[in-house]
Formats: sequence, C-alpha cells, structure tokens
Amino acid sequence: MTARIVLLHLAVLLLLFALQFIASDYVILTLTRIMVLAVYASGYNLLFGYSGLLSLGHAMFFATGLYAAAIGTTRAGLSVPEAFLAATLIGVVVSSIMGVIVLRARGVGFMIVTLMFSQAAFLTVLYFGDYTRGDEGIVILDTIRIFSFLGRTIDLTDPLLRYNLALALLAILVALILVLVRSRFGHVLVAIRENEDRTAMLGYDVARYKFIAFVISGTLSAVSGATYALMFAYAGSTLASIQYSIHPLLWTLLGGASTTLGPMLGTGVMFLLVDFASGFTNVSLLITGAVLIALVLFFPKGILGSIRQRYLKWLP
Amino acid sequence: MEQSKLTVPAMSGITRRNMLKAAAAATGFAAGPGFVRYAQAASSEPIRIGFQVHRTGIGAAYGRWYERTTNAAVALINEQGGINGRPVEIIAEDDGTDPGRGAEVVEKFATQHKCDVGFGTLFSHVVMGSAPRAGELKLPYYVVSEGHHVASGALNRYTFQPGITDVKSQVISLAPWIAKNLGKKVCMIYPDFAFGYDHRDYFSAAIKAQGGEVNALIPIPPTESSFTRYFPQIPADTDVIYHVMVGPAVLTFVKELGEHFGSQHPALFGFIDSLEAVDLKSPGLEFLEGSYLWEAYPRFAGAAPKAHDTFYRSKVGVDANGASTSDAADISTYSHMFGCWETLYTLKNAMEAAGYQGPADKAKLIEATEAITAIAEGNEHPQGDKIFNGKIHQSFGHQNITQVKGGVADVVYRTTIEEGLYEPEADYTKMAL
Amino acid sequence: MSFLPHLLLAVLEGTVAAAVLALSALGLSLVFGVMRVVNVAHGEFFMLGAMLAWWTAKMMPGGPFAGFIAAFIVAPAAVGALAFLTERLLLRRINYDPEATIVATIGLLFVIQQMALTFFGADAKPVAAPFSYRIVFPWFGYSGYKLFVVVASGAVLLGVWWVLSRTRFGLIMRVTQFDRETATAFGIPVNTVYSVVFVAGAALVAVAAVLIVPIQQAHYLMGLDPLLMSFIVVIIGGLGSIKGSVIAAFMIGMTDGVISVFFSPTLASIISTLAVAFVLVVRPQGLFGAETR
Repeated sequence: MTARIVLLHLAVLLLLFALQFIASDYVILTLTRIMVLAVYASGYNLLFGYSGLLSLGHAMFFATGLYAAAIGTTRAGLSVPEAFLAATLIGVVVSSIMGVIVLRARGVGFMIVTLMFSQAAFLTVLYFGDYTRGDEGIVILDTIRIFSFLGRTIDLTDPLLRYNLALALLAILVALILVLVRSRFGHVLVAIRENEDRTAMLGYDVARYKFIAFVISGTLSAVSGATYALMFAYAGSTLASIQYSIHPLLWTLLGGASTTLGPMLGTGVMFLLVDFASGFTNVSLLITGAVLIALVLFFPKGILGSIRQRYLKWLP
Repeated sequence: MEQSKLTVPAMSGITRRNMLKAAAAATGFAAGPGFVRYAQAASSEPIRIGFQVHRTGIGAAYGRWYERTTNAAVALINEQGGINGRPVEIIAEDDGTDPGRGAEVVEKFATQHKCDVGFGTLFSHVVMGSAPRAGELKLPYYVVSEGHHVASGALNRYTFQPGITDVKSQVISLAPWIAKNLGKKVCMIYPDFAFGYDHRDYFSAAIKAQGGEVNALIPIPPTESSFTRYFPQIPADTDVIYHVMVGPAVLTFVKELGEHFGSQHPALFGFIDSLEAVDLKSPGLEFLEGSYLWEAYPRFAGAAPKAHDTFYRSKVGVDANGASTSDAADISTYSHMFGCWETLYTLKNAMEAAGYQGPADKAKLIEATEAITAIAEGNEHPQGDKIFNGKIHQSFGHQNITQVKGGVADVVYRTTIEEGLYEPEADYTKMAL
Repeated sequence: MSFLPHLLLAVLEGTVAAAVLALSALGLSLVFGVMRVVNVAHGEFFMLGAMLAWWTAKMMPGGPFAGFIAAFIVAPAAVGALAFLTERLLLRRINYDPEATIVATIGLLFVIQQMALTFFGADAKPVAAPFSYRIVFPWFGYSGYKLFVVVASGAVLLGVWWVLSRTRFGLIMRVTQFDRETATAFGIPVNTVYSVVFVAGAALVAVAAVLIVPIQQAHYLMGLDPLLMSFIVVIIGGLGSIKGSVIAAFMIGMTDGVISVFFSPTLASIISTLAVAFVLVVRPQGLFGAETR
C-alpha cells in the first residue's frame, strides 16, 4: 500500500475530525448522519463497485440492523452496546442466508431477486406490526440512549459525542475497505467483476469470494442501520422500503463505484443537494431522478471515478 | 494503526463539550452545549416557526391544505400584531412524508434556520421519526397528527398536540352513540398498521364498555387496491360496519362495498379520513347515502353556521361545501387542517403567557403550554372548545357524527368533551427540561 | 357467507385480478422479451396512462363513455410518445446495457412521479366507468365493469398474440428477440424494431391503465404496485413468453385470492414475492420459458 494512499485517507479523516471545532451545529448534525449513511453506501460499494453485483435490495440489511437494535433495546431489554453487537451478528446471519440463496442468480436476475426479497422483508415488517408498529415505527427513549459503558456515562443525545462515534465507525470502515480492496481478496473480486468465467478458470473459487463479499456488504449495511436507529432513536418501515435500497446505489454511483472514498462523497453530495432543494421547492424527486439519469448517460464512473480516470491514476 | 487513532476523537469530543460548557457558564449564557448563539436573538426579529410540510410522498394531498391553513392563520396573526409584538415567520420545508427526512428537517429547523419552534407534522410515522430529534435539540415541537403517540407517553417533553384530538379519545367518544343508535355488533375494517391498531384496540374496548361487541376484525394491508374479497368476512349478523381507511385507495373501498351489498346492508359508520379531499358526489359514492361519518370538524357548513366557522372558512378560502373558493372540485381536508390554525393560536397564547422573547425562554414556553387547561371556542378555535391535559400534552375536543344525504353530510350528533376523556397514561411534566 | 357463494366470489375476484395482472404485465413482457432490458419505469407509464384517462375524462364533454373512448386514444399516444423519447435519448445512448438501463429507468421513475405530482396534484382521482351495471347474485352484487375488464383484456392479449405470431412484423420481432446479430445480418433494422417495441410496450400499459383505472383510482404513487406485480408475473411466466405470463397471471391471481381470503393478505403478498425470488433462483428462465440461446 503506497504511502500517499494512506495519507489521503488519513487526511480525510483528520479533516472530518478537525471540522467539529469550526463547523456550525447544523453541519455537525448533518455530517453525523452522512457518516452513518456512508457506512451503508461503502458496504454497498464493496458488492456493487468491486464485485460487480448490483443489488436492489440492500434496504433489507439496513432494516435488519435497524430493527434488531430498536427491538433489542426497547423490547428485549438489551443495553445499547449489546443491541449493537446483536444487530451486527444478526446482520451476519441474515446476509449469509440471503447470500446462499440470491447468489445463484446472475445479472438482471440478481437485481430482481434482491428487489423481491427486500420487498418481502418490508412486508414482513408490516406483517409483524404488533412488534414493529408497522409504518409508525419505534422510538427509542432517551432513558435507554444514556447509559454507562466501561465505567463511564455515554450520552447518545449529545451531538458532539455522536459525531465522534460516527467518525470512529467511519474510520474503522475506511481502514477495513482499504485493506480489503488492496488485498488479494479485493483483486480477485475485481477480476470476478471483469470476467467471472475466466477468474473461475484460473482456479479461484468464485462462489466463495462472492459469498464473502456479499456477507461483508450486508453486515456493514446492518451496522449502519443499527447505528442509525441507536443514534437517531427511531426505526420505522419506511426505512425498509425500496426507496432505501435505491439510495446506496445512487450515492455509490454519484461518488464513484469501486473507489474507496466515492460512496462517502456521493452520500454527502446527494444529501446536501436534497437538503438544499427541500427548503424552497418540492422537486426532490426530480433531482434524484435527474441525477441518476445524468450519471448513467454522462458520468458512469461517478465523481471520483472520473477524477481517477483523468487526473489521479493512483486513486484507490 | 487506524485502530489506535479511534479512541482519540471520542475523547476529544467530550473535552470540547466540557470546554464549551465552561465557556458558556463563564459568559453567563445558560444554554446547552453548542447552542450558545441562540441567546443573542434580538427582540425585533420575527418568531420563526419551522413548518414540516408533506409536499411530496403519500401525505401530499393533506400537506397542501395544511400549508394553506397555516399561511392563512399566520397572515391573520401578523395582521393582529404578531406574537409579543414580533411578527411570525413560517419556514416551510418538505419532508417527503418520510420519517428519515422528517428528522433531518427538524435538525435543520433547530440549528440552521434557528427556529423558535417546529410545527405542523401530520403523518404519525414522521412524527415518530422527528420527535426524538426535537426533544434532543430542545425544539418545542407542536404536531397536528391526531395519532395517539403524544398522549401515549412514547415521545418527550418537547412534543405537544394541542390542536387536534387523538384517535383514542375520538373512538371512545363515539362508541356510546354507535351502540345506542346503530347497533351493538360492530364489524371493524381498518388499515393493517399502527393507525389501524389504535382504532382496533381502543374502539373494541370502548364498545364493550357500552355492552356491545366487535364481531369481526378485518385488517387491510396498506398497499391493497381492491377490497371485494374481504367482504365475505363480514358476518351476516353485523349491525354496523365501522370503516376507517386511509390512502389513495379509499374511494375504491367504498365503491366496492356498494357493489357488494347493494341496498341491503348493515348500518355504515366511517371515518372521514377515508374521504378527506374526496368529493362526496364522486362516481361510486352514491352508496354512502344515509350512512354516518365521523368528522372532527364538519366539512359542510350546514343551514346555520356559527359566525367563527364562516370567518375561518373565508380566511382559509374554503366555501360552505368544504371546497376551495377558487375551485369547487378541490375538496379540502377539513377535519384535520383546522388543527394547524388552532395550534398556531394555542402557541401564540402560550408564548404570550410565557412572555416569550427568544429561544432562551423555551423552558418557560413549555411550562406555559403545559399550564393550559381550557381552550375557548371562537375565531381562534373555530372547531370548538377543548380541554388540554398538560401531563400528556394532548387536547380533547368535541367530535361530530354526520349523516350523508344527497352528497352532503349534516351533523346529527356532537359528542361532549367528557365522552372522550380517558385516564392519562403518562406524565411528561416529570421529564427534565 | 356460505362456502359456495364465497367460492364464487373468490373465483370472480381471482379472474379479475388475473386479467389486471396479465394486462399490466404485457408491455413489460414484450419489452423484456425482445430487447432484454427491464424497464423499471413501467409502473410509471401505467400511472401516467391512468392520470391521462382522468384528465381526458375531465376535459371531454359528453359523459364517462365519451371520456373513456377519448382516453383510449390520448393515453397510449402520449405515453407512447414519452416512451419514444426515452428510447431515443436514453436507452439507445447507453446501448441497451441491461444494468445501466435499470438505473436509468429508476431515474426516469422519479422524474415521471415528480411531473405527475406537479401537473396533476397529489389527490387520488376517481374515474367513472364508461357504464355502470351491477350484476346481482342472490348472495351479493358484483361490478359488471370488472367483468368487462376481463373480456377486454382477453381481447387485447389475443390481439397482441395475433400480431406476434401471424404478421410479418411479429416475425421480425421474434427474429430480433432470438438473436440481435443474426437479425442485423438479415438486414432487419434492429434499432427501429427496438423503438417500435418499446413504444408498443408503453402504449399497451397505457391501454391497460385506461381499462383498469375505473376500478381503482389515479394517484401519482400508484405505479409501484403494478410494477412489482408485473415483475412477478413476467418472471414466473418466463421472461418474454406471453403465454407464460398469462398462465402465471392466472396462477397468481387465483392463489393470491385464496390465500388472502383464508389467511392474512400481507402474508399472501410475502408468499408470492418470495415465490418469485425462489423461481428466479432455481429456474432463472421462469416456469414456462424456454432457455434462450
């Protein structure tokens, strides 16, 4: 791993860290949300960008984490760290089961199978409405969100603490993704994306690599969902809907698929775009749609992908 | 290497917070961490009300009318000299009827627009998603949702519902009249999600208390667009069909009910939610002739409207049939949108009682709102008088039962407030401010 | 209600549901069959068709029947025109890449929804049926128009089948479907065929919407349901097989009716959605589709 790649990522994280001393309250709150959702987008990118598997159903994993955390804390009596851990483990289990099933489909079939399973998951949330409160959802009260951990009090209602926790999570993620994609494992994934049959012929167990990528991707989505529920105190069926499967696709495409920092950038840019628009118009749908179309037509590689192609060849 | 760096940000964050606290205390500002700037608001500045509007998404049909009513009320308040001598400014943001976006909008109100209060949310799931953010950012948050969420104690000290009665109270108050006039065997058809469950649970209990029973429960999934196949589940000995449907497919529901039963059918009692923004003269609704509706605020002004109802209609731009004065085919959401008007006036009164000058007086505003007990009928509260329970942050008003005749619904009974009261389930005033 | 009347009602409802499914899925099946791309905006074309039916009925004097007839011209024409632009400006430029098409048509889905919201508003819009006749059984009544929808969709399906199997154009389409390169080698203007197919698929779904909207309502968010249902039908029936789609529509319409009568309807949706997923996993060509190429 070259030094400048490490330096670039460290610089991004340091910049985010430094921002909290100068940024306004609003920027702090917004960036917290973006960082949590960036974990979702990065998990998605591992599967879509690097392995070439376009899922239209990642909301089911996001929702897995979301509901595991929300139901775990409000009904099962788990503490916040326990619920987070449980949500992560359930994320591993659910994405493993899904991986075994959906990876049998290829191409467009894979997209539709994931879409269908995600829709079934969404309906399941509604079906168990007595536990999930369906669309209305679950609020996690502050009494749960202020807890003591390893002898010190953690107050998740504190915006700055949340910011730094989200940043910590993002830092772990960036490190993980960077290590993964620069490793042999990552190179094999890219080889699968470029030519699955040839990679198989070279003796790689393609199915196993795809499965592992799928499970990591699904688990990261669940981690993001759990963090979202615990930090922002809410879980509801809307967050399991198709819309939330399309979000990470959009963010990844915008920032640049198969770049380490692209999903993060895409999440941020899209967030700010919608946020900017919602104040004076009601055309947020139009913006989302237009960005998607424009990306497909003119910038299939996204922001960082285009920069890498033209200027910075070394960009990971 | 990345790992070792991790603990540093979290630690420094806390340190920085403590530093801020110390700084705030030193300079005499008592505001919470990160909100020091608030205390500097000048008194000539407008009072800023952040308005969460459902401009897009499933709630858009309601959102449009909520916006119209809100703008009319604010224009009037400003004509009358504003609140505490300061003009009122509405800062409206679309929340897409999405709880995730709703929460973001509340954050934006509190920290970017520096709003004094948040206001106006209708759909329950958006309220549920947004209220925790409002509580945390200490943004007084006045919702107009009719859900039981506020009164149930699920939310927080900063969230109020002073303008519209909650579902639990509505259905409790209607049960005696239904049992007495329509029959004791009630078949309930309701949406298969939280809003429907409130109807199911609270009405079932209420009708039992009247010596009646619910003889069948028919939940209908929110995505359904065809209903005929559910109708065989309606038992033959049903006296009353109780229907409360929401969403764009409601008209189909009534139409198919008509096709199924023809002229021989049990009595019908429906919630106007099924038909908000829908013309009662729409094709297929002939079936509703003679049936009964719950309305919080009767859409049709009737033969002898009260002066304040006429006043309210003229200010919002609604005619005597509940349609827009500029387009007779554009039907309002009359039984819900009055909540925006009344909530703004309740807010005005609370701010005046608290001597509210700026965000530093938030705690006083919360306490002043909680101190409200009675709300008088008049131009400011055209739907009727109400009582307000400060412990559960919820108001209780009169409900109306109307009967449809020739495409017009006329009031046949108006409940008393007492009929809708129940034991409070929570006490928000014990929570920290 | 006793068993036999209940069964009669279930069968009637199942038949109507099947007709609605087959009709809404037809356009998607056609496009996927020939062009091998999935149009995610298919449901929005349906929604636009329904909206235009409402708009035409409102603008057209002379009662519901005149409005209904006019909508049969206006809706397919307008939706077809939009589809033509989509094909030229979008799909052709990305060279019908299957994955890029899905992403691009998701974008289109949002754009169309926004347009419908901005121009037609957020309210649900009732459209009167061209005639209202209530069939009275001893136990219950039933909408005569619903049965008309069954007959009409049968006619539309037969018409499409005839074009595909008995005309020269149908032959050209089948050749293109079989192999794009071969078709080009035989001098078939593949791009023109694609244009025609995409426009025809959109016009068909608009016709479906005009027929179906009197038993539902037009609403700017109504497109998702027909889209998912069409996916289900097209996938179970075998991609590109119209016969398979019709059989699948009847299977789903009937079983969905029965399950939701005896169990929870949400459960019925979960089961049919999962069924599709498993069919795709186990038998990617669908239950009735033959393996192509």
